[in-house]
Amino acid sequence: MRHDPESVGFVETQQVRLFTRDEPLTLASGRTLGPVDVAYETYGRLNADRSNAVMICHALTGDAHAAGWHVGAKGPGWWDNLIGPGKPLDTERFFVVCANLIGGCRGSTGPSSIDPATGKAYGLSFPLLAIADFVEVHRALVRHLGIGRLLAVVGGSMGGMQALEWSLSYPDEVAHAVIIASSSRLTAQNIAFSAVARRAIMDDPHFLGGDYEAAGVSPNVGLSIARMMAHITYLSEDAFTEKFGRSPQNGERTPGFGIDFAVESYLDHQAETFLERFDALSYLYLTRVMDYFDPFTDHALPRLERPVRYLVVSFDTDWRFSTSHSRRIVRHLEGARYPVTFREIKSPWGHDSFLLVIDDYHATLRAWFDRALEVGT
Amino acid sequence: MTASRWGSGRLRADLALVAEQIPAGARVLDLGCGSGSLLAWLMSERGCTGTGVEIDPEKVLKAIRRGVPVIELDVDHELAEFGDGSYDVCVLSRTIQTILRPEHVLREMSRIAGTLVVSVPNFGWWGHRLRLLRGRMPMSKELPYKWYDTPNIRHTTLVDLEKLFDALELGIVERFTFTETGRRLHMQGARANLTAGAAVYVLRPQ
Repeated sequence: MRHDPESVGFVETQQVRLFTRDEPLTLASGRTLGPVDVAYETYGRLNADRSNAVMICHALTGDAHAAGWHVGAKGPGWWDNLIGPGKPLDTERFFVVCANLIGGCRGSTGPSSIDPATGKAYGLSFPLLAIADFVEVHRALVRHLGIGRLLAVVGGSMGGMQALEWSLSYPDEVAHAVIIASSSRLTAQNIAFSAVARRAIMDDPHFLGGDYEAAGVSPNVGLSIARMMAHITYLSEDAFTEKFGRSPQNGERTPGFGIDFAVESYLDHQAETFLERFDALSYLYLTRVMDYFDPFTDHALPRLERPVRYLVVSFDTDWRFSTSHSRRIVRHLEGARYPVTFREIKSPWGHDSFLLVIDDYHATLRAWFDRALEVGT
Repeated sequence: MTASRWGSGRLRADLALVAEQIPAGARVLDLGCGSGSLLAWLMSERGCTGTGVEIDPEKVLKAIRRGVPVIELDVDHELAEFGDGSYDVCVLSRTIQTILRPEHVLREMSRIAGTLVVSVPNFGWWGHRLRLLRGRMPMSKELPYKWYDTPNIRHTTLVDLEKLFDALELGIVERFTFTETGRRLHMQGARANLTAGAAVYVLRPQ
């Protein structure tokens, strides 16, 4: 790590058991899950009246390591450009928490964890999850950390779904919610992309009905294809053109069926690094959760004395969750008379924009969080 | 952070008159809200709630910093996002001259709210007429732009505007007129079309 006054510095992921086998988590489906361990990180300090806590919800393939550096790592956490001293989520003023989702594979209980009933990995016997389940687990973490009411809950993409669900289920526990490049209901096209990804994984001969770990193999081909295809949807056509154009991979064109073009090499690299950190079963479980998310059907939106204050942000070139997804969220919230601010940010980069430094985007978040801190919990 | 910098502060004279037309506790939609000063004032001083609509990114940022809920959208094409009767008052303050489809926007406003407050510059003001007689396009304190760089694309006089209100079955509940320098005029009827530099209308769909 180079010396960077705007970095939170070295951090370590913590782990806590929030539910046990005897006192399990009851899922939205009615099934129970226990034990439930959760990996999380925190940055900054909780103030004396516990009114400066901001919960970060990660997207499909994110993890608890949002900011700062792990010892020996090549890069910082996935939202390091947002969180740190002097950054929009200024850790001199805010206490920031980020946790890995259950169903994931980065330290929280998921399908590759050991099922205490069998002594083997859960595999496909792991229960199906809902966004509401992520919220319940992270609420338990917030209580564990001694926080009563969150100043804000923030998320991009699937993280925005959690922020939305949290604010609708427990408006008394959240003062502000920030929902970025997200959706309140996937379209058929969105589901179709995930369907192809899941099929690639499940039809990989090494998938073995989900019990691949016991056999010491892994459906790497399927998971690679899933990641490559998903990655195409995270960028705009212009972003691909800007990054790669039609450049050949090796300086000159050698037509064949190898990695002829630079873009092919890029996707290949994306897939390879993804295999090192992600599990195929988690990919199945977490994508399926998004398919069924439909909070405005599940929740009535009552008039509230003290409604959550919302910020909804979209990016004009995002075609995975286009602006129309965000507008739908805004229509419902505004229609329920909740205070909503909405911006469509101009960015050439597509869905991935929410992870990047785009001046107008970060200026918006900075203004919003500064105001949130003034308003308080 | 001082209250005067980010809080409600004092309102510009024309906004103060608009604010006076809005009952305490009303739910207000402010189209072309700028940096949100009217709504910030109504929220903190009058217990109002509401939403601003603005398309200029810098102004939107200021409104956000002030804590005014603001939705970035195109007034000409996207007012369908707001539900029927979802606001008590809809304000269009010095914005009508900049929009592409004023008739459509007024129709949408009367669908969204029970009371409309519209403030406009008057192209029929005598100073503008003089400039036109001299063969030049109108320019004034109210309308300080050259013809080729003006954001004002819909030029109306008070008389023409009132004909449009009529056609849209928008009843004029109140009309306030001002001189070019912002002094209140107490003048009824069409004569104001010559003397007024600007006007504020309170309208109700009939």
